[in-house]
Amino acid sequence: MHPALATVIEVAIVLCLLAAFWRFRSPLTARGANGMAAGALAAAIAIVLVRQPPASAWAPLAAFAAGMAVGCAVAFAVSMIQIPAMVAFQHGAGGVAAFLVSYVELSRGLGSASAVNSVSGFAGLVIGAGTFSASMLAAAKLANILRGRPTRFPAHGLMLMVLIAALVPLCIGAWTSDGWARHAFLTAMVLDAAVTGLLFAVRIGGADMPVLISFLNASAGLAAAFCGVAVQSRLLMAAGATVASSGSVLTHIMCVGMNRSLLNVLWSGNAPQPKPKPAQARPAGQPPAAAIAGSAPAAQPASPLERAAALLRGAKRVVIVPGYGMALANAQGRVAELARRLEKQGKEVLFAIHPVAGRMPGHMNVLLAEAEVDYEKLREMDEINPMLPEVDAVLIVGACDVVNPAAIGAEGTPISGMPIIRVHEARAVVVCNLDDRPGYSGVENPLYDDPRTVMLLGDAAATMSRLADAAGRA
Amino acid sequence: MADFLVMAGTLVFSFAVGYALIRRIPALLHTPLMSMTNAVSAITILGALLLFAEETGSLETALGAAAVALAMFNLAGGLAITDRMLRLFRKARKAGEARAESAGQGRAEVGG
Repeated sequence: MHPALATVIEVAIVLCLLAAFWRFRSPLTARGANGMAAGALAAAIAIVLVRQPPASAWAPLAAFAAGMAVGCAVAFAVSMIQIPAMVAFQHGAGGVAAFLVSYVELSRGLGSASAVNSVSGFAGLVIGAGTFSASMLAAAKLANILRGRPTRFPAHGLMLMVLIAALVPLCIGAWTSDGWARHAFLTAMVLDAAVTGLLFAVRIGGADMPVLISFLNASAGLAAAFCGVAVQSRLLMAAGATVASSGSVLTHIMCVGMNRSLLNVLWSGNAPQPKPKPAQARPAGQPPAAAIAGSAPAAQPASPLERAAALLRGAKRVVIVPGYGMALANAQGRVAELARRLEKQGKEVLFAIHPVAGRMPGHMNVLLAEAEVDYEKLREMDEINPMLPEVDAVLIVGACDVVNPAAIGAEGTPISGMPIIRVHEARAVVVCNLDDRPGYSGVENPLYDDPRTVMLLGDAAATMSRLADAAGRA
Repeated sequence: MADFLVMAGTLVFSFAVGYALIRRIPALLHTPLMSMTNAVSAITILGALLLFAEETGSLETALGAAAVALAMFNLAGGLAITDRMLRLFRKARKAGEARAESAGQGRAEVGG
């Protein structure tokens, strides 16, 4: 193939990928965009195979077929609830591929390659290996195989510094040696980077996971881009850099959604510690809000459930705020069912989605889409907030920090200044959470003690069903 | 040096254009977006295939094959999952329309 023709095709493929991103702006065109990306990737593979065909075809071909078969099988088997873990796992697979390619490229000879290519190879090796181990840990946390809470070791930051600093002498060692010595140095670099990735990811957990998974998205792209420089493939470079920028945008959006800097989330690791509920918050013997409501004077209906149902029956406009608790309880189907029943009664029902609700960007939207909620009813925080004073009832399902008014009122808490869905401005609030403990941030939620709040504690799926029945009885 | 400039230019250009495009994508589609970009990052498969352009030793064959398999797992799996997710969004719209029609209401009115 003529080099000029190859360049034209490469440019066309990159433009095709960029067009796919452009068309991803609306759910109506996004599916076509995904197909476009698939076509571009297939063309990229085809052009490489034509220009530089494998010397011996069976090994890459078998690997290609096996990877494709397993990838598709897994993709069709996972449920939407497992998406965050699955995406993290795939980031890891991409990381492995990047560091393996860099490894072989580096072990083949640094003499023939330019310094830029070699340095990029080392970068691809290190970032790929780190992305791999961090992603595996993140996947395990997201799949609830490992505890989601952050783990901190003594001198955690120092250990990370030492491990990162140790990469420099290992890199010089690999550069100046050859044969088995180089293999040893390269292997040591991979191990060092992998342990660094583990230490890096282990202290991020819970509600900070959206930042971690977006960051790994970016680092997987970066590893691919460096890999591209190392093997001198412009396509690989361009596509990797685009993914890196996409991951960076998402990381930025997640950080803004929590009003924290990236460094604060990833490095200083001062993600709030869960703290036991302070005893003085509710003096011993005084039951929580739900129980108070239950035994309240005769002016109020008997149970919180009845009060909540009455609120919903009387409401014209209802806003539902889902959080990670909904995903955990697998309650999205019941939530959607309740919303449909309310709509049948002629009410307007909208969903308010906080940017960092759930464990990955857009997590809630996918779950609700699966539950057949019309996506035009899913509203972003900035869109719903001005409407909330006109809303008769807000239904919170498994969310705490993202609706905690302490983020506005209180100074010096981990969530101070975090943008929230201002449900406290609505006329009434029904909280359908598992318990009345603080969310991940550990900050008490004053909403729970608000007289306009009804607490329906317990498993969200069960609560939704009871509420749907109760609200249906007019 | 010219090579280096072309490479650096490619990296910076792609990053900048990607940034400009991704910023416009609504939060609604962030999960499928990440899933798709994840599949695109598996374009490292090109690098893995290029390794086989030369004769490979047994270690290189093993590592290269592993790279091809994992990259392809990431690529095919990522695109397939993205498609499954986006299909849900389409179905959601149709279901919503059907409900709105059966209730005799216009969409704009429901959307408020």
